[in-house]
Amino acid sequence: MTWVHPGERAAFWLSLDVSVRSVLLCLPPAILIAWTLARRRFPGRTLLDAFVHLPLVLPPVAVGYLLLILFGTHGPFGAWLQREFHLDLIFTRNGAALATAVMTFPMMVRAIRVSLENIDRGLEDAARTLGAGPIDRFATITLPLMLPGILAGAITAFSAGLGEFGAVITFVSNIPGETRTLPLALYTALQEPGGEAAAARLAAMSLALGFGGLLLSEWFARRVQRMLGR
Amino acid sequence: MLQVAVAKRRGSFSLSANFELPTPGVAALFGRSGCGKTTLINIIAGLLPADAGRVVIDERVLLDSAAGINVAAESRRIGYVFQDARLFPHLRVEANLRYAEKRAAGARYVRFEEVEALLGLGPLLGRRTHALSGGERQRVAIGRTLLGQPGLILLDEPLASLDAARREELLPYLEKLRDHLAIPMVYVSHQFEEVLRLATHVVLMDAGKTVAQGDIGAMSLRPELRSIVGPDAVGAVIDGEVFGIDAAAGLADVKIGTGTLRLPRAGLSTGSKLRVQILARDVIIATEEPRHLSVRNVLRGTICATASDRADAELISIELGGPQILARITAAASRELALRPGLRVWALVKSVSISPDRLRRL
Repeated sequence: MTWVHPGERAAFWLSLDVSVRSVLLCLPPAILIAWTLARRRFPGRTLLDAFVHLPLVLPPVAVGYLLLILFGTHGPFGAWLQREFHLDLIFTRNGAALATAVMTFPMMVRAIRVSLENIDRGLEDAARTLGAGPIDRFATITLPLMLPGILAGAITAFSAGLGEFGAVITFVSNIPGETRTLPLALYTALQEPGGEAAAARLAAMSLALGFGGLLLSEWFARRVQRMLGR
Repeated sequence: MLQVAVAKRRGSFSLSANFELPTPGVAALFGRSGCGKTTLINIIAGLLPADAGRVVIDERVLLDSAAGINVAAESRRIGYVFQDARLFPHLRVEANLRYAEKRAAGARYVRFEEVEALLGLGPLLGRRTHALSGGERQRVAIGRTLLGQPGLILLDEPLASLDAARREELLPYLEKLRDHLAIPMVYVSHQFEEVLRLATHVVLMDAGKTVAQGDIGAMSLRPELRSIVGPDAVGAVIDGEVFGIDAAAGLADVKIGTGTLRLPRAGLSTGSKLRVQILARDVIIATEEPRHLSVRNVLRGTICATASDRADAELISIELGGPQILARITAAASRELALRPGLRVWALVKSVSISPDRLRRL
């Protein structure tokens, strides 16, 4: 990538880094929430469902602002994380990953939930009659059968996460090498006189990453489907 | 001994079942579709909660709502062969079988190799489950259930989703299972031929209730059964023993009560014990000893009961010195012959009317 400037290269790798972190952060709670929404009937379920989908309808800047209030240095969670784990979120890539995770959470939950709802519950009953307890059943039957949904959700969230702008810039600002991901770098380039060439290169990189992610997701989905014999 | 007494209400449907099965043995839970058979075995398996009841296998209490005992399905050691096999799609055949083997609890009475040989699973082990035929799927499902070393096996119409040819292919495996392993089984069915071939004990169910139970011979005469199978499939089930072979004619002489039934020989030999169902519509009644007929079987007996069967027909029970046979004739014929309980009659049965799928060797 000799035609790419160092700052642009940094933005590229940072985007990948932030997106990977955000997927890893999202995955366990997304599986838990998806399972709860698909399998449990409890009062407040509709409310939880709506809450999970909030980032889809809120302006990303509003999400970033809420994160700032909750996870900022003086926010309830931010102060606690700082005190207990010396974890700084403001102006760091971890903060960028958190903002991205919140924004991509709904699509991940949705993908996993759909795959869960398509699982024949009878298979879990069959495992029960063979002596498999709840955790055993989840680990050996439910989770493997959810895998297509988990993979699809993870890859889609990863690809979408590469492009998260509003929440990230609001929550962790635009710091080169730490929070300046591809879209932020692209935005910055457009603000500078003579930045058109850089903007074009950054846009091309975004395009390649997003497209690659979608292709990969499709390929994975097919492989897993074949493995499951559908 | 398996003892079941459970009650459950769901919407307008109410289930109230009560039966006992001597173990080891095969009980057929027989009834129309939708009469609650599957609900009942789901309760026995612990997959469905009962409102109240008791389920006990050989002194092991699995459910006793009065005493607050309710053993979880995964701890009941009750095997279940589902109508739709329910093989795990992400595992190959062998992994499906090993899944059960790994989780088996209690005494192991059947080894992997035995199950493989008994059900002919060897060639299937490396296959993916979706590449199996319906019959193969059920064989794998049965093998998987066995490897869980269950104390009781529930089979929910395992042949229902198969065509006639596949059914014939799978039935011998089920017979082998019954004959080689002394595991009590509850076999749900609405096909009386299957019940005849597999079961030792029959529990009749109708509209959520167990209405009658007993050995298959006694059950075949019950009026409750008639309403389930329909008039054309009504017929007494009788046990007999071959006492002579007429090799030239290709017929076997079977002693039934005080009479002799001549059947197509078809592999039978002297001393073979068998069980046969003679359909009521295939039996003719004569009030005098008939002569010059092509019919091979003329059985002397006494009418013990008559019952009207729909508007224009009557079902006549004839006692043959022990077993009974049923004959279905028109009401008009019954009137003309003045048939009544106590009358001496001859029951005529064509040998060829006894089809091989209504005959079981014991």
